[in-house]
Amino acid sequence: MSPEFAIQARGLTKRFGDLIAVSQLDLDVPRGEIYGFLGPNGSGKSTTIRMLCGLLMPSDGNAFVLDTEVPGDARLLKPRIGYMTQKFSLFGDMTVYENLQFIAEIYSYPRRDRSTRIEELLERYNLGDQRKQLAGTLSGGQKQRLALACAVLHRPELLLLDEPTSAVDPQSRRDFWAALFRLAEAGTTILVSTHYMDEAERCHRLAILDRGVKVADGTPTELQENTGMHVVEVTAANPYHAQVVIATIPDVASVTQLGVRLRVLIPGAHDDPTGIVDAALRSAGLDARATLSSATLEDVFVAVTLKPRRQAA
Amino acid sequence: MKSLSRIFAILVKEVRQLRRDRLTFGMVVGLPVMQMLLFGYAINTDVRNLKTAIADQADTHLSRQFVTELAQTQVVNLVGSVDTPQQLEELLRDGSISIGVHIPHDFDRRVVDRTRAASHLLVDGSDPTILGVANQLRAMPFGFDAGSAGTAAPQLIEVRPYYNPERRTPVNIVPGLMGVILTMTMILFTAVAIVRERERGNLELLINTPVSSAELMIGKVVPYILIGMLQLALILAVGRLLFDVPVRGSILDLYLAAFAFIAANLALGLFISTAARTQFQAMQMTVFILLPSILLSGFMFPFEGMPLVAQWLGEALPNTHFIRLTRGIMLREASIGELYRDVGYLLGFALVAMTGAALRFTKRLD
Repeated sequence: MSPEFAIQARGLTKRFGDLIAVSQLDLDVPRGEIYGFLGPNGSGKSTTIRMLCGLLMPSDGNAFVLDTEVPGDARLLKPRIGYMTQKFSLFGDMTVYENLQFIAEIYSYPRRDRSTRIEELLERYNLGDQRKQLAGTLSGGQKQRLALACAVLHRPELLLLDEPTSAVDPQSRRDFWAALFRLAEAGTTILVSTHYMDEAERCHRLAILDRGVKVADGTPTELQENTGMHVVEVTAANPYHAQVVIATIPDVASVTQLGVRLRVLIPGAHDDPTGIVDAALRSAGLDARATLSSATLEDVFVAVTLKPRRQAA
Repeated sequence: MKSLSRIFAILVKEVRQLRRDRLTFGMVVGLPVMQMLLFGYAINTDVRNLKTAIADQADTHLSRQFVTELAQTQVVNLVGSVDTPQQLEELLRDGSISIGVHIPHDFDRRVVDRTRAASHLLVDGSDPTILGVANQLRAMPFGFDAGSAGTAAPQLIEVRPYYNPERRTPVNIVPGLMGVILTMTMILFTAVAIVRERERGNLELLINTPVSSAELMIGKVVPYILIGMLQLALILAVGRLLFDVPVRGSILDLYLAAFAFIAANLALGLFISTAARTQFQAMQMTVFILLPSILLSGFMFPFEGMPLVAQWLGEALPNTHFIRLTRGIMLREASIGELYRDVGYLLGFALVAMTGAALRFTKRLD
């Protein structure tokens, strides 16, 4: 167990009956970084986070969180981590201030500093005007800010955020990420799950999960450089027909339409990726142009989640 | 110290939420008052003024005196006179009377002759209470019913004051009713307590905080103990003002007994709460406890008259012990020291259920 990692997991597995929700997950989350979990619904993001904070018992494997084995003595760990649930879990029938007060009391935050800390959070998360409002009547963005304020109130070393932005508008998401960067700069390690590519791109490092399996991890740049795929971008007057034609080429791993453009993934071993696409389009008599492009995170995601599907079929 | 702070945090939260939950808050006050009024006024086993018609075929001095005596019991309300028993049957059938009294023309002779019933009571047996009352009327010093030969001496004039106007049901009912009301509200409050947090998603947040299972349980129970005490005061006040129900023993003893009983019920509710998956399930389970608490606790039917298995079940229920305590303290002027067995059982029950709930409640989701 190395002190430079906030979380280290080896072979972490969770089974629910016959379903394997998380399979043989290895994880190294460096301290002070924002680490992302990218994956579709049901990929095991929430289950992993819940195992890491001791809410679920792993079926196999082990994990060390802040040098403490989970689910060993989770009680010692609780004061040191902050957790933001996917679903709003604060008390809807208590006011913003009362919720913060409750969290301060339950974490035994020093009594004399309590109100200063709450005021500070109300100010930072822009909730000053809502202090007397019942939490249940807040907007999505406000609820999310309150949840974050409650998760960080006791100044945890590690913050676990389970799809924190799934219910808020783009502006709130931007503000939220600004707040996360600020926390990371102050030394907090943050593990955040998401299914948004743009959010994943902001993380220092991320793991891509697909049906319980970690299919790739690294910094966003590393991932983009090591897809093992050529990315061919096709601009076509009739993208739908072009897509049908390209999909029939045996070497093509996947075709995704983005507006009038198509992103075509072709395994890296191939010598002339643009050539075969061009040839296919010409022989079909379509007006289209293929150029080589560099991989975006979305391409990475498509590339790494594709493989097991092929094998399965 | 930190533990106290956490218990206090849960406690304050419960009170705040309760204050904003009008329905539950209404239940605290409304339910006891409503039940007191319902049981106090509607459940009345002193049946009076049953509609009665007479077919006096004897029409002698003795028979007329008998009818007068009958009327004076206030059990019957003479609404009419007919000539034949057949007419009585018709009136019974169409529901215009509940009791028909047939006095045969040889009434005077029958009264002296102990082998035959002097008169016949035609009773609407479809209502068990009326039938019961009619059976009690047989205890009047006439050999009434056709079936059994009169066993009573022919004391015509003296009617036993079986239905003493002073005999009031509320005095008997209220001490037991206290237990029923507290069982219903107390179990229900805590039965939904944990499940509600689970359903609203608050539980995932709570179990991620440093609060321990025991702290959570205690923090949730304490406010309701106070509410239970408040309800008790309310029930006693209503009982006193409306039904003139006395507290003959020590009021302090009564509160001590209630404390043990309330703690037992709250702990049981918490235990239910750790077992139920939804609030609806929690309510179903509450009813499952509530029904035997009404039927087997000695509140409705005398405990001694129940089959042995029912008595065992009854002994397990907190309400059975509480009813013994309240009847003892309020009516027989017993002290809590004399009733230590029941208090001990309640405290033990509370401890076991509370421990069970804290053990069952794991701070995990799987």
